[in-house]
Amino acid sequence: MRRLFRTLTSARLRAQIVKELLSILRDPRSRLVVFAPPLMQLLIFTFAATLEVRNAEIAVYDRDAGRWSHEVVARIGAADFVKRLHTAHSPDELRRLIDERQVIAAIDFAPDFSRAIAAGEPATAQVIVDGRRSNAGQITVGYLNTIVAEVGATARPDLQIASPVSIRHWFNPNLTYRWFVVPALSGILMFFSALMITSLSIARERELGTFDQLLVSPTTTLEIIVAKAVPALAIGAALGLMMISAAAFIFRVPFTGSFVMLLPSLLLFILSVVGIGLMISSISATQQQAILGSFAIGVPAVLMSGFATPVENMPTVLQWLAEAIPLKHFLIIVVGTFLKAMPPADIIANTWPLGIIALVSLTMASWFVRGRLQ
Amino acid sequence: MKPGNTELRAEPSPPERVSRRFDWRRLIALVRKESLQAIRDPSTILIAFVLPVVLLFLFAYAVSLDVREVRVGVVLESDAAAAQSLAAAFAGTRYLQVTPARDRREVIDQIVAGKLRGFVVIPQDFERRLSAGKAQPLVQVITDGSLPNTANFVSNYAQGVVQTWAAGRGKTMPTPAISLEPRYWFNAELESRRSLVPGAIAIVMTIIGTMLTALVVAREWERGTMEAVLSTPASVVEILIGKLLPYFALGMIATLGSAALAIGVFNVPLRGSLLALMTLSAVFLIPALGQGLLISSVTKNQFLASQIALFSGFLPSFLLSGFLFEIDAMPQWIQAITYVIPARYFVSSLQTVFLAGDVWAVFVPNLAAMAAIGVVFFAIARSKTRKNLEA
Repeated sequence: MRRLFRTLTSARLRAQIVKELLSILRDPRSRLVVFAPPLMQLLIFTFAATLEVRNAEIAVYDRDAGRWSHEVVARIGAADFVKRLHTAHSPDELRRLIDERQVIAAIDFAPDFSRAIAAGEPATAQVIVDGRRSNAGQITVGYLNTIVAEVGATARPDLQIASPVSIRHWFNPNLTYRWFVVPALSGILMFFSALMITSLSIARERELGTFDQLLVSPTTTLEIIVAKAVPALAIGAALGLMMISAAAFIFRVPFTGSFVMLLPSLLLFILSVVGIGLMISSISATQQQAILGSFAIGVPAVLMSGFATPVENMPTVLQWLAEAIPLKHFLIIVVGTFLKAMPPADIIANTWPLGIIALVSLTMASWFVRGRLQ
Repeated sequence: MKPGNTELRAEPSPPERVSRRFDWRRLIALVRKESLQAIRDPSTILIAFVLPVVLLFLFAYAVSLDVREVRVGVVLESDAAAAQSLAAAFAGTRYLQVTPARDRREVIDQIVAGKLRGFVVIPQDFERRLSAGKAQPLVQVITDGSLPNTANFVSNYAQGVVQTWAAGRGKTMPTPAISLEPRYWFNAELESRRSLVPGAIAIVMTIIGTMLTALVVAREWERGTMEAVLSTPASVVEILIGKLLPYFALGMIATLGSAALAIGVFNVPLRGSLLALMTLSAVFLIPALGQGLLISSVTKNQFLASQIALFSGFLPSFLLSGFLFEIDAMPQWIQAITYVIPARYFVSSLQTVFLAGDVWAVFVPNLAAMAAIGVVFFAIARSKTRKNLEA
């Protein structure tokens, strides 16, 4: 323990850390590449990642041309989410509009549509949806349903239908998707940046041949690992803090939790990613292998992290695998801290797995480096 | 013109003659060398053959946007028979995994911890509300809004369960005056897998085309071997073709493999022709390889190349291509950016060729756009390569 302490405070280690930090940040181009793209991506992807439908184009095939079909069409044309209405004059034209992706949905009114409403019978209109865009298509149908229900209420004011359930969304009453996307995206971008920076560190030295020099120097394995981990940790944490402040102050995502609890989990998260990066780096012979290796690990990790779909929806085997992904735990922490004012006990429940991942991966990395030594 | 010069052209010395002509033998030798180098590196195999399988598998099974088995709590505050039967209706559904509770305080903490995605409260006066008729809601649904997608699903689904239950008890809700009858073409069962798996092929191709090429060429620059190769009689065009052809082949093989997996294992139909699929893929590889080449010749450094390829190639192909998020719904300035992202044209074409069929009215403009972007990338990359030699 004392030896560990002495190692960690030695001047030699400090010199190595400074050298590693400089090797990443000295070159102005790489300084730019480390910080600028992730922040830019956060901005662009935040606006891009939306589950709303806007500027939609919709086709109308009105075989009824009666009072109520005109009313429905007029309201759809005036709706905010619609950019343009196309009029189809035949089933073939309607098919072509869908096939060629000119419209996302097409409404087909049967000739007796208005007559049915006038007679007090329930009327239906068919909506043909482009199933290639199944998600946006379903949302469009939801919007159209609302409009049609409004027209229905005007047509038959006697039929007041109350919903049998009252719904409340906690933490995010209007289900603003951005509130979820910005914290989650910060986690993903931190994850990728830290992984890429560290995965290159040992592999670059090996490719350039300077790793052998490092091995013949009095440096210990522990020192090598610490010296490689600390700069990546510092850069990753700086990037993380920038993104979290951007989320809170620029994107105005409510920050309800405790920053004091978030900071240690953030550091532990980056440390565990750094550990995985170093592990990849220590078994790679070239930089190309290191980058592609971290890519082959990183992309599936993001997909399984619960960003796109909740982890509990995945097959059981993948759910177990997801436990080993630092991002999975950190997403719960960061989204929970922003929106749910997550109490310390819940944060700790998701932080200790990060500690274990960091410990295992850093041990493995130093073991691989030592393996090279002998 | 000096007379000496004409003489030289009339009787060219051997090395000069070699350098002028486009030499097929030399090109084949270059391609062979690059192919061997690519195949012998285990990381190439990992990226070109293992990662696509893993990605397609994840898109088919893990990233399905169709929510299944959402964990919700059902708080039963009433002992009435009707309330119990509604609770049983919730427990019996396919898509919800129900945690029963008697008091809402039991479930509130689990919502904050993320163990439950929402809960349904069947209130104490449920029986009275039921007999009072349609004036007031029967139950309350609370969701975890921090995951907007799941929250939406929970509220819609819970509403459906209550409606079905009420209908089953003969208490028919009045039918609305007008209703819509949606029909989803090309994907009648609304399996998100069917639109995700074709899109995933675009991601795989971007990784191989842009990422791998950027790295391979950047390594040559970094090590200085690019200068060495450029100083040989081989022309710039020959060298670039020699470098890119193996990765083009690798991309096409990966597409074929991915398509076979998509059709055979993941049950995605291929309603268009194989010819259209291969044409689209081949044309998409032009901008993908061009982008990789451009990145490498600008950065000449593997670290920078990998970061830029990640942020300008891979992530946009994911998020700005219409693969996960509708382009039409994005703000204007982001829509403008998507026009220069080749994956945008490829994703929509792939979804069409797999699910709808050969709709050339969709393919032709997309093919033209991809080819145009590719030509621009190559032109810039070539001028960068030449300039660096003169400098």
